[in-house]
Amino acid sequence: MRHLIDICDLSLEEIDSLISCALDIIAHPDDYAEVCKRKKLATLFFEPSTRTRLSFEAAMMELGGNVLGFSAAASSSASKGESVMDTITVVSSYADIIAMRHPKEGAPKHASMKCKVPIINAGDGGHNHPTQTLADLLTIKREKGSFNNLVVGLCGDLKFGRTVHSLITAMSRYKNITFVLISPDELKCPQYIVDIAKKAGHTVIETTDLENTIGTLDILYMTRVQQERFFNEEDYIRLKDSFILDTEKLKFAKEDLTVMHPLPRVNEISVKVDDDPRAAYFKQVENGKYMRMALIMMLLGLKK
Amino acid sequence: MNIDGIQNGIVLDHIKAGKSMDIYNYLDLDKLDSTVAIIKNVKSTKMGRKDIIKIDELLDIDLDVLAYIDPKITVNIIKDGKLAEKRHLNLPKEIKNVLKCKNPRCITGCEQEIDHIFVLADEEKCLYRCIYCDGEDYVSLK
Repeated sequence: MRHLIDICDLSLEEIDSLISCALDIIAHPDDYAEVCKRKKLATLFFEPSTRTRLSFEAAMMELGGNVLGFSAAASSSASKGESVMDTITVVSSYADIIAMRHPKEGAPKHASMKCKVPIINAGDGGHNHPTQTLADLLTIKREKGSFNNLVVGLCGDLKFGRTVHSLITAMSRYKNITFVLISPDELKCPQYIVDIAKKAGHTVIETTDLENTIGTLDILYMTRVQQERFFNEEDYIRLKDSFILDTEKLKFAKEDLTVMHPLPRVNEISVKVDDDPRAAYFKQVENGKYMRMALIMMLLGLKK
Repeated sequence: MNIDGIQNGIVLDHIKAGKSMDIYNYLDLDKLDSTVAIIKNVKSTKMGRKDIIKIDELLDIDLDVLAYIDPKITVNIIKDGKLAEKRHLNLPKEIKNVLKCKNPRCITGCEQEIDHIFVLADEEKCLYRCIYCDGEDYVSLK
């Protein structure tokens, strides 16, 4: 049974194929309107989300399928103490494919070990978020045309930022990338992720200075300092305003910079930046839906 | 000091000095009825000091556990009073329910009866990584 738990579960050829499929969906949406007819997607969100859950649900609906599920652990049997494995076993009897978000790292991996239907990791704690990475990759493809020879800045919470971990892992499989990791010392990227990029032969620069590095970047991937990942409120308050992108800082950036953000944003990107043509974070949202459509089709073995 | 020779059993040699009790506990040797000798701080030309464990029974030992604790241990199988086989250990690619992930955000901390599985991430550093959360800094003996 095929699942998507980590972005590396997909080969580069499969990612290319998903991107091609997504671009075809964008060009010919009507051709895909009934591809998933009579199929059901279960969205099991043990942790709150609006964007990702709605994106999955919209994706399945646009493919002509149906959706069921829950949007918080409190409204599921998890609140009664049911194990993840039991929940998944039960739901796999109802649905053809499952998208799952869980606050505990590795929960989708655990679920996939016995599940009879494909599981998609829709985010597990501060660990991985492969479908956000698929959205990011389609955005990079559409904005930059290629995944090679890029200077990619990642800024903010690089410790708990699961989208950052998945994106670095994914981009490390391409050629000649310089990763500029911009974060406070307390929120530095985990060493095993840095090692993945270094072992693949890419340059990794770790810094705490956004202002003096922004001019070198082709892509700037901003992230939110996530309150829900902190056990200590004081640490969160001290770090939450570490890096804010505003129109002043953008003056130092290249004219063809692409500013990305997995959203939701709090205050790390000034609202005024939204009007700048370099802002691509709302395009990412739309790209995410198309890539999820392509992924659902692939995991269900369906074609148009 | 005299310790009887073994007729049919196992000698764990080249144990890093001071590690023999860890191995005794991991292999549950306290539950055996047969004779077990723990010899500590034996002089060794190669190692300076080493520990040795002699077990007067042909056990089915979990070599993966032994290799994780100390991959330099030599396992000597004794049959009819003679050395029948000498085994050198390799770090196992995967170990199940030996290590416990200490990452408080890992699913292994709250899911019932979940197997704790680690895979070898770096052979030189003897570094293992949790298959669920990729945690490595949190590894400790269960």
